[in-house]
Amino acid sequence: MAFIPHTEADVAAMLEAIGVKRIEDLFDEIPPQLRVRALAGVPEELNEMEIGRHMSERARADGIALSFLGAGAYEHHIPAAVWAITTRGEFYSAYTPYQAEASQGTLQLIYEFQTMIARLTGMSIANASLYDGASAMAEAALMAVRANRKSSSARILVPAAVHPHYRRVALAAASNQGLKFDELPYRAQDGGVDFSALARYDAEDITALIIQQPNFFGRLEEVDALTDWAHAHAALVIAVVNPTSLALLKPPGEWGARGADIAVGEGQPLGVPLSGGGPYLGFMSTRTEHVRQMPGRIVGRTLDTAGQQGFTLTLQAREQHIRRAKATSNICTNQGLLVTAATIYLSLMGPQGLERTAAAAHARCRELVAALTRLPGVRLAFAGPYFHEAVLQLDRAVAPVLKALSARGITGGLDLTPYYPELGHALLVCATETKSSADIDRYRSALGEALAGARAA
Amino acid sequence: MSSVPEDLKYTKSHEWVRARPDGTVEIGITDHAQHALGDLVYVEVPDAGRVLVAGEACAVVESVKAASDVYAPLAGQVIVGNSKLAAEPETVNTDSYGEGWLMRLRPAPGALEAAALMSPADYRKVLDAEGG
Repeated sequence: MAFIPHTEADVAAMLEAIGVKRIEDLFDEIPPQLRVRALAGVPEELNEMEIGRHMSERARADGIALSFLGAGAYEHHIPAAVWAITTRGEFYSAYTPYQAEASQGTLQLIYEFQTMIARLTGMSIANASLYDGASAMAEAALMAVRANRKSSSARILVPAAVHPHYRRVALAAASNQGLKFDELPYRAQDGGVDFSALARYDAEDITALIIQQPNFFGRLEEVDALTDWAHAHAALVIAVVNPTSLALLKPPGEWGARGADIAVGEGQPLGVPLSGGGPYLGFMSTRTEHVRQMPGRIVGRTLDTAGQQGFTLTLQAREQHIRRAKATSNICTNQGLLVTAATIYLSLMGPQGLERTAAAAHARCRELVAALTRLPGVRLAFAGPYFHEAVLQLDRAVAPVLKALSARGITGGLDLTPYYPELGHALLVCATETKSSADIDRYRSALGEALAGARAA
Repeated sequence: MSSVPEDLKYTKSHEWVRARPDGTVEIGITDHAQHALGDLVYVEVPDAGRVLVAGEACAVVESVKAASDVYAPLAGQVIVGNSKLAAEPETVNTDSYGEGWLMRLRPAPGALEAAALMSPADYRKVLDAEGG
């Protein structure tokens, strides 16, 4: 069957059947002043050959920078097999399939993904993925309000050191549903949650506490003490975690005496290349007691009437095609293709491979911090342990320095000034296993030159 | 034909109400309702102490094919939810008028008299009209 839905002759026949001369006439009730003719600033169309050439010229002009930028999306080595397998026709779909059970292979893959996420986070059950880490955190906040029946305040405590974009997404997604987000300050000396700020909530009804580990500054939070504090105050704990880091760090399911209640995060580090605007994937896992409040799709393993193993979408009664307005969320799909890549990535790496990756990233970041802080005018902003990112404080404005580095082919990190002006000239840098000692040397000399140049000027 | 015991009162939304000697009431879903839902896989009952207004969604019964709200037939305060149903939701299918009760309620003053409850005969007419 041709993918051209109708020919000119078909269109003419249809127009004649309904007594209209031209397609335009179908829209004549739209007043002329509301109609867009040509779009200003949008050039004429290009054919495939022309657009291919145009885009490759643009890409060449951008070049391939040596990147030390993290801030929520991380450059990791992706084994070639990951996307070679992911892009096979059998897997190449963006969504949970319709008539899902007819696609047993896809469901099995999602089931494996859920199992891996549940094990990585130390929780008992995971869903089939969400859009991205930020929306996963927003969904977790909404889920906590449904799940915490001891609380009626819908008040969520969010440390200021949680990713600023995540906080904005949560506000946009959940504030109109009556959720209130209270910001917890961080300690100036080490960037972790300021425990003294928790005291004012001692007698208050708190629905949940969000803990990002590592936090946006790359710093490790005192997750055990924070989790226990939240549980002592009848609040649930939402963990926002980096999946790579979990190969080394204590999983959320083991935080404190009882473990976190919901774990979410951005799955991009697991085999998904960096890309402005995504698509990435969010993940979410929880304890069995909260599973009916968990949004999204869940694949289960079962036996068919002949006693053979089969996979099926399960607990669908929570979802909007059955529960309508009272569904747990209006998310009823998943990031199928990215889940496929993440599952293959995790399968190839194995627990040891992921642990080596995490350890190498941590070691490279320490090497980077040591190298850069030897430069005059550069110091580490926060004391204490970090994973593969750290905040540096410069002796001058960050933006011009990043511009000078960019001219030398280096993406130097994220200028924190717009997000945390109180930190002064703060720069968030990241190094993963993809950076060599030579790369770090190159960054150090370029930064040294940029600072010296600025000093001379 | 669904079973409609003579000693209970009913609602149009297929809940039953049993008046207990101590002035409290027991609430569940009818045999017709459990049959229409099919095999139940999950039942969510309200916590003790929750104050309900008549008509408020106060419990959820979920089967393999649907999830439905259960509405409070009358105003009152929940004394206890049937915690046994968390592990054995199928009890609602096998014994909807007995062990499958959902909650016990202390009616608000006058609430039992004010509630628009139906006699077994009237509820049977509702079922007949629904073809059940």
